Amino acid sequence: MQFMLLFSRQGKLRLQKWYVPLSDKEKKKITRELVQTVLARKPKMCSFLEWRDLKIVYKRYASLYFCCAIEDQDNELITLEIIHRYVELLDKYFGSVCELDIIFNFEKAYFILDEFLLGGEVQETSKKNVLKAIEQADLLQEVTLRHA
Amino acid sequence: MVLPSLKLQDLIEQIRGAKTQAQEREVIQKECAHIRASFRDGDPLHRHRQLAKLLYVHMLGYPAHFGQMECLKLIASTRFTDKRVGYLGAMLLLDERQDAHLLITNSIKNDMSQGVPAVQGLALCTLSTMGSAEMCRDLASEVEKLLLQPSPYVRKKAVLTAVHMIRKVPELSSIFLPPCTQLLRERHHGILLGTVTLITELCERSPAALKHFRKMVPQLVQILRTLVTTGYSKEHSISGISDPFLQVQILRLLRILGRNHDESSDAMNDLLAQVATNTDTSRNAGNAVLFETVMTIMDIRSAAGLRVLAVNILGRFLLNSDKNIRYVALTSLLRLVQSDHSAVQRHRPTVVECLQEPDASLSRRALELSLALVNSSNVRAMMQELQTFLSSCPPDLRADCASGILLAAERFAPNKRWHIDTILRVLTMAGIYVRDDAVANLIQLIGGAQELHAYSVRRLYSALAEDISQQPTVQVATWCIGEYGDLLWEGSCEESEPLQVEEEEVLTLLERVLQSHLSLPATRGYALTALMKLSTRLRGDNNRIRQVVSVYGSCLDVELQQRAVEYNALFRKYDHMRAAILEKMPVVEPSGPQADEEAKESGEAVPSPSEPQASKLMDLLDLLDGSSGEAQQLPPMAPSPEDSLVHLLDLPCDPPAPACSSSAAHPAGAPPLPVDDGTRCLRPTRELLLSPTPAPIPNLRVFEREGLQINLSFVRPPETPSLLLITVTATNTSGGDVTHFICQAAVPKSFQLQLQPPSGDTVPAQGGLPMTQLLRILNPNKAPLRLKLRLTYTHFGQSVQEIFEVNNLPVETWQ
Repeated sequence: MQFMLLFSRQGKLRLQKWYVPLSDKEKKKITRELVQTVLARKPKMCSFLEWRDLKIVYKRYASLYFCCAIEDQDNELITLEIIHRYVELLDKYFGSVCELDIIFNFEKAYFILDEFLLGGEVQETSKKNVLKAIEQADLLQEVTLRHA
Repeated sequence: MVLPSLKLQDLIEQIRGAKTQAQEREVIQKECAHIRASFRDGDPLHRHRQLAKLLYVHMLGYPAHFGQMECLKLIASTRFTDKRVGYLGAMLLLDERQDAHLLITNSIKNDMSQGVPAVQGLALCTLSTMGSAEMCRDLASEVEKLLLQPSPYVRKKAVLTAVHMIRKVPELSSIFLPPCTQLLRERHHGILLGTVTLITELCERSPAALKHFRKMVPQLVQILRTLVTTGYSKEHSISGISDPFLQVQILRLLRILGRNHDESSDAMNDLLAQVATNTDTSRNAGNAVLFETVMTIMDIRSAAGLRVLAVNILGRFLLNSDKNIRYVALTSLLRLVQSDHSAVQRHRPTVVECLQEPDASLSRRALELSLALVNSSNVRAMMQELQTFLSSCPPDLRADCASGILLAAERFAPNKRWHIDTILRVLTMAGIYVRDDAVANLIQLIGGAQELHAYSVRRLYSALAEDISQQPTVQVATWCIGEYGDLLWEGSCEESEPLQVEEEEVLTLLERVLQSHLSLPATRGYALTALMKLSTRLRGDNNRIRQVVSVYGSCLDVELQQRAVEYNALFRKYDHMRAAILEKMPVVEPSGPQADEEAKESGEAVPSPSEPQASKLMDLLDLLDGSSGEAQQLPPMAPSPEDSLVHLLDLPCDPPAPACSSSAAHPAGAPPLPVDDGTRCLRPTRELLLSPTPAPIPNLRVFEREGLQINLSFVRPPETPSLLLITVTATNTSGGDVTHFICQAAVPKSFQLQLQPPSGDTVPAQGGLPMTQLLRILNPNKAPLRLKLRLTYTHFGQSVQEIFEVNNLPVETWQ
C-alpha cells in the first residue's frame, strides 16, 4: 500500500498515512485531487478506480470515506478486507465508532492503524492481538503519566 | 501570568466551533502562537499535549514545521506518552527530505535495543514508515538482532521493517535472507505473514534469492494446505475463510516461485486446484482468495485443465452481482486475452453484456475486452454490438470506442462494402472523436473499391444532404462527390435505393458546404476542389462553378485563395488541360498480392498506398503553377479558432503574409473574439446527427439607398437550437465608394448579441466585393426576434446615418 486517507463527505481529511516519501506539497495535491475524484463517484459505482498509475480502493462507512492506494500487482479484493478489518478494530476499540470519535481521538486512530499495518503491509491478522497490543500501550501510557 | 494550555480535545472543539474559515484560522493562529511559546520555554510536562495539538492543525492543512525539533525531544524522553506522540509526530512531520530526520536515528537505535516491547514497537514502526536509505543502512544490524527477540510482537514488526529496508536499500538482502528459513517455521500468523512478504520482496529483487527459495515451495504448499483444510481458528478467520490475508500472501509468493519453472509449478498444482474448487465464494474474503488463486494459476506453468478452470472462475465472476467482483474479472480477463484467447472467447456474450454497465469503470473495461475479442468469425455481430454501444456510451469512452471499431474493421472486414459502411456509420455517429487519419483511410478505401464507387457516392450524398456539420463525413462526402459525381446523375446502382439527383442540387450542396460557418478550412478546401472536379463531369455548362471559383480567388483564407486562384487559371489559361488534370484518380493498388488479404491481415497495407495518391495530388498542383505551395491535400482536423471564419475581404494589392491565416482573420487590428462555430463542431456535443438540417432560411434585403444594399442571410446550426447566425452583406452598385462603414445592431433584452469584426469598412463602387459581418444571436427562450440596425457611413462625400428596425424577419429565425 502506498497511502491511506480517511475523509468526510465534505472532503475534510481525518487521517493520512503515507508509506511513500513525498513532499508536503505533493501530499496536499494528491489528497485534494483524489478526494475530489472519489467524492464525485456515484453511490452505486464499484469500489475500484484507476488514478494516475495507481489502483485506488475506497469504501464509505457512514460519513467517512476510507481510501487506499495500492500498486498494480496488489489484490483489490483483499484490500477491501483490510479496510473492513480496520473499521472493525476502530469499532471494537471505541465501542460503535462514529466520525466524531476519530476526530477527537485522531492519535488513537493512528496508533490502532500502526498495530494493524506496518510499512504498508498487514502485520497482524488476529483482531484480538491488535486490540490487546493497544490496550497494553494505553496502560503503559497511563502508568507513566501517573508517575510523571 | 501563564494560562494553562488547552487540552487537545478542547482545542478541537474550539476549532470545530468556528463558523467561518477566517474564524478557524484565527483560533488556530492564536493557539499556534501559544504552542510556539511553550516550545521555546521548554515545558517538558506538556510538550506531548502541545505536539498533539500541532499534529491536529497540521492535518487541517496548517504549517507545523516548527514542531519537528519537539518530536526529537519527545522521542528522547523516557516517558511512554512522550515517545508515543513523538514518534507519531516524526512519522507525520519528518520525512526523508527533511535534514532533521537523521537526528532520530540514534533514538530509534536506543529504543530498539532497550527491553520494553511497546517501545521497540514504536521505533520499528517509525523506521518502517519514514526510514530513509541512510537510516536503514545504519540500523540494519539492529533490526536483524530483533528478528531473534523472544517477544513475537517485536519479531513480527522486525520482519516487516526488514521488508521496508530492502525496498530502500536492496543490498541489505544479504542480511535478511538467511533468517527466513527459520522464520518460516513460526506458528504466529503475524510473523508468518511478514516472513512470506519478506521472501516475496527478496525474490522479486534477486534471481539468486528466487532460486534459493524455490526449495521452500513444498513447505509453503503445506502451510497453505493446513490453513485451507484444517486451520479454522476463530481468531484469524473472516466469513469462515482461515486467515485470508495469509492465504493471499502465500499464493502471491507461489506465483513468483512457480513462474517459468516447471518443477515448482507441478508441486503446487494440486493445491491450487483444491483452493480453486473448495473456497467458499459467498463473501468477499473467499472471492479475494479465489481471485489470487486464479492469478497464480494463469501465471505459472499450470496444467491445461487447471487454466480452463481458472478462466471459467473468472467467467463466473462476471456474472456475480457484486460490481467489484465483476470489475476484477474484466481486468483479469483483459490480461489473459492474449495468452488464452480461446478460453476467454467462450465468455464473450457475458463480456458484451457488461458493455451496458452504468458504471463507467466497468464499461470501459468491457469495451477494451470486447475489442480484444473481435476476430474474423464474430466480427459482424461484435461490430453491431459495439456500434450500439458507441451511440449511447459516455463521451469519454467515445474516442476509444470509435478508434477501436475502426481498427477492428480494418483487420477483420469481411468485404469492402461492409467496411465502407462501418466506417461511414462510425464517422456519422462519432465523427468528432475519430483520429485524424480516419478520413484519409476511408477515402483511400473507397478509391480502391471501384465496384463500390456508385454505391459510395450515393450513400455519402444522402448523408451530406442530411447534415453538413459532421466534418469527417463532410470531407469524405465532398471528396467522393467530386470524384464520382457523374455516377450520381448517370446510371443507377442496384445496391442502394434509387436516387434522383439533379446536377444543380449537387452544386448547391457543395456551395453550402463551402460557405457554411460550420465547415473547417480543410473541409472548405475539399469542397472547392470537388466543385472544380465536377466542372469536367457536368453535362451542363460550368458558369456556376466558374463564378464560385473566381469569388474565392480573393478569399481571406490563404489556402482557399491559393486553390481558387489556381483553379481560375485552369479555367482561363489552361482550359485545354483541365479535363486531363481533373480526371478521375486511378484505383490505387496497395503494395502486395491482394488488397483484401492485406486488409485482413494487418493495417499496414493502408498507409503505404496513400503515398502514390498523395504524390498525384502534388503533381496536380505542380502543373498549375511552378510553386509546390502548401499542399494540404488530406489535411488533419486540427482546430484553429481563428481560421474558422472566411471573410470575403476587399484584398489590397500586397500579398498576404505566408501561412498567416490566423492573423488574416483579424483585419484592422480588431481584437480576437472567442471561438466561432467552426471549432464548436469539434467540441463533443450530445446532439449529433439525429436531427436533420432544417430547410435554409430565405435571405432578406433590409436596406437600399443610392446603390448601397444591405442583405441579411440566416443560419441556424442544428446542434445549437438557440443560436442564430446572421451574415450582413453590404453591396454597392453605385458609382462612388462607401467608406467608414459601421453597422451596429440591437436586440431585445432576453437575447444575447455578439458582433464579429466586419470584413472591412469599405464597400467599393461598381459592384465591387461586398463587405460582410457576422452577428451571433442567442435566443434561449425562443422569443420572437426583433432586430434594429444602425448604419453609419460616408457616401458621395456625405456622412449618412440610418437607424431602422428589420421587418419581415422569417419565422424560422427564432422558432
